[in-house]
Amino acid sequence: MSTHVSAAASPEAGYNFAYLDEQTKRMIRRAILKAIAIPGYQVPFASREMPMPYGWGTGGVQVTASILGRDDVLKVIDQGSDDTTNAVSIRKFFERTASVRTTTHTREATVIQTRHRIPEETLREGQVIVYQVPIPEPLRFLEPRETETRKLHALAEYGLMHVKLYEDIARHGHIATTYAYPVEVAGRYIMDPSPTPKFDNPKMHLMAALQLFGAGREKRIYAIPPYTEVRSLDFEDHPFRIQTFKDPCALCAATGVYLDEVIMDDRGGRMFVCSDSDFCEERRSAGHRGSMLADAPAALTGDSTHA
Amino acid sequence: MLNDLPDAPLLSVRDLTRYYGERIGCADVSFDLYEGEVLAVVGESGSGKSTLLSLLATELEASAGSIRYRMRDGIARDLATLTEAERRLLLRTDWGFVRQDSTQGLRMSVSAGGNIGERLMAVGARHYGNIRGTSLDWLGRVEIDRGRIDDIPKAFSGGMRQRLQIARNLVTHPRLVFMDEPTSGLDVSVQARLLDLIRGLVSELGLAVIIVTHDLSVARLLSHRIMVMKGGRVIEAGLTDRVLDDPHQPYTQLLVSSVLAA
Ligand SMILES: Nc1ncnc2c1ncn2[C@@H]1O[C@H](COP(=O)(O)OP(=O)(O)O)[C@@H](O)[C@H]1O
Ligand SMILES: [Mg+2]
Repeated sequence: MSTHVSAAASPEAGYNFAYLDEQTKRMIRRAILKAIAIPGYQVPFASREMPMPYGWGTGGVQVTASILGRDDVLKVIDQGSDDTTNAVSIRKFFERTASVRTTTHTREATVIQTRHRIPEETLREGQVIVYQVPIPEPLRFLEPRETETRKLHALAEYGLMHVKLYEDIARHGHIATTYAYPVEVAGRYIMDPSPTPKFDNPKMHLMAALQLFGAGREKRIYAIPPYTEVRSLDFEDHPFRIQTFKDPCALCAATGVYLDEVIMDDRGGRMFVCSDSDFCEERRSAGHRGSMLADAPAALTGDSTHA
Repeated sequence: MLNDLPDAPLLSVRDLTRYYGERIGCADVSFDLYEGEVLAVVGESGSGKSTLLSLLATELEASAGSIRYRMRDGIARDLATLTEAERRLLLRTDWGFVRQDSTQGLRMSVSAGGNIGERLMAVGARHYGNIRGTSLDWLGRVEIDRGRIDDIPKAFSGGMRQRLQIARNLVTHPRLVFMDEPTSGLDVSVQARLLDLIRGLVSELGLAVIIVTHDLSVARLLSHRIMVMKGGRVIEAGLTDRVLDDPHQPYTQLLVSSVLAA
């Protein structure tokens, strides 16, 4: 798959550009501006009903809808892949309602909406990455009262976050949190990076692109402006570490990237491949060959989508 | 016993009053408390003991009166003028609060080590090994088997939970600790052991303590001074031995005689 202009030159009749009415978009943009002004702070917003269920990224969709312009090029990924149901349906949604160009190539996109991953390719200035967030409050598990968590944020009372990490180490011998690993933004607010693997946390640090987070059900928007310090919480004697993988990607031989375990057949055959499907395909087009590329089913190599 | 105290009081309470609507919670309470001093507040149920303690701990707002506290920098501050951040810092560093109901004073789903370490982490401790070491040390000091460090308080007996609360509070070396009926509801033998432990720690650490109890024998064992409350007011106050051996007020005489009879 690559960049293409969708069939209709203008949005489908009956929709406002990018589905939301202009007043709603202005309201959401105000929330986004406030979020950018206070990095990591959760800004409440009047989340709207979207034509998809909560849990399908309604927060991210509203943020994307509010920032899209006619010249934008949109990429949508779910777990790193452009081809999953969730990613395809959100991409189609914006093709229909905004008739913007879409792409699977990270480099070509101006707006990337994501669930669970940050692309492997370094994002650059001028790009915006929009995260779909299910639970924005990092203190929720330890302090269920919203009035209290707000106070804890206001006073930067974050000892509880380390209690959680302490419990992790006491129970497992190491910090066992691997997803939604809490970060401190610009030396102030503690933030949940959404359920991305902690592998992606370092990419958030000093990222050149603007990072926006939308939680639809919980009605919160937060942001990390370009070139902001983002630090993963840890202990001096248990420093933050990303996941590492023993072998390179079985399809494209990439190392230092996030790999998914894939079951190949019903005999228990499995392999580890790039979770970022666009990154993997590009490497293969450039001639990189992983150890199992020849044996892998077409559905895995992405060949079927090119047919 | 009291001759070693610095000149300025740690806590200065004047005309402290709290109404619940028309009803008096407590009224016109005044006293000074010095560093290292243990004050027992006694009286029957409904006499205003818990109200007074909540006011002192700034958990409840006073209807009238003032509380001044000498901060670690030596400067006495009116507690009503502290910012929320200052107040909360005081609560988790320089003060402690041991609750009658341990589920109110502990995180029941966090391990014993995490419960003790919380205050340290709240003030910036970021070395797991050191935090754990301090937790282990405190488990020993409150006579809980160190092997229980990773167990949650749900699995602890009533006496152990109270000892864990004490460790959790004392780990930041507070100067003032509030205790609301810390031993009530426990078996007599468990109670005796807990009182011994508290007495030892209080004198070893030079803690100032305000302990609310309806049990005069607890007051006798732990406190230097007693305030007797009735109907929200202090009706008699003085050195513990004097009040218990030579009560002036008829109501205090009644209290003392009933404990002697028991
Ligand atoms: N939250 C409240 N609302 C109304 N009245 C209260 C409240 N708490 C305590 N009181 C009243 O204030 C008085 C003192 O109560 P309390 O301080 O709990 O006494 P003690 O701790 O000595 O039993 C009692 O008359 C009690 O009924
Ligand atoms: Mg009471």
